[in-house]
Amino acid sequence: MTGAAADLARAAKAFPTLLTIGFAEVVAYRAEFLVWILTTNMPLVMLALWHAVAEDGAVGRFDQPKFTAYYLAILVVRLVTSNWMAWQMSMEVRDGTLSAKLLRPIHPLYAFAADHLSALPMRLLYVSPIVVVLLVTSWGQIAGHDARVALVLGPALIGAWLLMFFSMVLLGTVAFYVDSAMGAFELWLAVHAIVSGYLIPLELLPPWARTVTDVLPFRYMLAFPAETLVGLVAPAAALRQLVIQWVYVVATAAAAIAAWRAGVRRFAAFGG
Amino acid sequence: MPITQLIPRYARLLRVQVGMSAVAAMQYRVDFLVRGLIAFLWSAVTLVPILVVFSVRDALAGWSFAEALIVVAWFSLLRSVLEGAVSPSLTAVVEHVRKGTLDFVLLKPADAQFLVSTAKFEPWRVVDAVGALVVFVYAFAKLGRWPALPHVLLALVFLALAVVILYSIWILVVSAAFWVVKVDNLSYLFGSLFDVGRWPISVFKGALRAAFTFVFPVALMTTYPALALLGRMDARTAVLALVGGVVFAAVARRVWKRALGMYTSASS
Repeated sequence: MTGAAADLARAAKAFPTLLTIGFAEVVAYRAEFLVWILTTNMPLVMLALWHAVAEDGAVGRFDQPKFTAYYLAILVVRLVTSNWMAWQMSMEVRDGTLSAKLLRPIHPLYAFAADHLSALPMRLLYVSPIVVVLLVTSWGQIAGHDARVALVLGPALIGAWLLMFFSMVLLGTVAFYVDSAMGAFELWLAVHAIVSGYLIPLELLPPWARTVTDVLPFRYMLAFPAETLVGLVAPAAALRQLVIQWVYVVATAAAAIAAWRAGVRRFAAFGG
Repeated sequence: MPITQLIPRYARLLRVQVGMSAVAAMQYRVDFLVRGLIAFLWSAVTLVPILVVFSVRDALAGWSFAEALIVVAWFSLLRSVLEGAVSPSLTAVVEHVRKGTLDFVLLKPADAQFLVSTAKFEPWRVVDAVGALVVFVYAFAKLGRWPALPHVLLALVFLALAVVILYSIWILVVSAAFWVVKVDNLSYLFGSLFDVGRWPISVFKGALRAAFTFVFPVALMTTYPALALLGRMDARTAVLALVGGVVFAAVARRVWKRALGMYTSASS
């Protein structure tokens, strides 16, 4: 146990430096980073589409302003929580650059986490115009709800970030076994787009599909925080879903770390 | 070389290049199957939003469910062309430029643009095209009528035009590699914008519609061929679209030539 504690202490000490380096990298590649952000334009397209649909009346609980609020919230949550771990791990396992990370006296997962956290300020900067639009157009729907829901929002966002991070690590570990995790990653993306609320508000799916999406982890990565933000979730339900989300966070983290350990043992650095 | 010799020569070259890709792909049979499955799943995902929209409304911006499905089918068909025949080769060019290995291509006694554009095919994308055909058949069965021959012919012309435009935009993106080197994320941006093509263009309003018709003409690639197939395309729009497409391709070819002039191999 002392080993793990020392490990953690060392990581904590190195973390500020890692964050600084990561931030400098993001600043250096800011234009490229912006292009990446722009690729997340699907919610805006879907928003335009549902606006056309809702022109002659609301769809369920969704009228035009609600759709605007929903998709902007989805966009914000997605941009803040997304990461490219699976892609990065797949690359690093294949071309062997992971071996350099394994040699360092700090666990690669901490380094990866620092990498992604340090991109967050830049992400927030790029996301801020969307947040402003969201606040201006949908203030009533954001501010108008229960204070308890507002309390849920913070932990829900952190939970979503962690859930995304560990899911991606778990997917990335596929690369240890089949050399490229890209196939698994694409498959995951296809499922995620539908059942996370990214493309369509989950409420608009047929009832049987909703029971499925309530059980699957995807909803808790995206739709849950976004819906909480725009006041689509009642306080009691928000608390219950927060608990489910964190259960998923812990389970996914445990699975990802176990898979990582098993994977690294198999890891043969090609040409590294 | 006279054109009568040029065409058979390039046809033969094309056959060799396609054959090479097919052989390479068949070496990895499991990967081939998995990728086919993924392509199929993506086709299914493409359909979900449209099913949901039409479960709450009978018509969307003047398009019935069956008519909108035809747009989706064109979209799937073009995506299979894009991801099966256009983007793998051109992604390889970006790699060539970065590493300086484009020299080997330029030294060969054939047109460089032709060689790089046919370097790699991904045969499992055929799954998407088959899916598209199924959707076509289903949509017309639902409409209760079959397209007339002239409409089919016009639609095929538009298909050719769509492929040309698709390819031209890609060439423009790749040409950017000669100036800024790192453009792999531009290709993702391209892919995400192309996704808009699954919806009839009339869904969008104002600036968005103009942008997707004239600047990044996905409307020309999916909505217009669908209109042609449905027999709702008027002659004037058809001619204008065709002229626009040809001009677009000519510009892309010129830009590629300019870009090639900029190329400095990695060692020099």
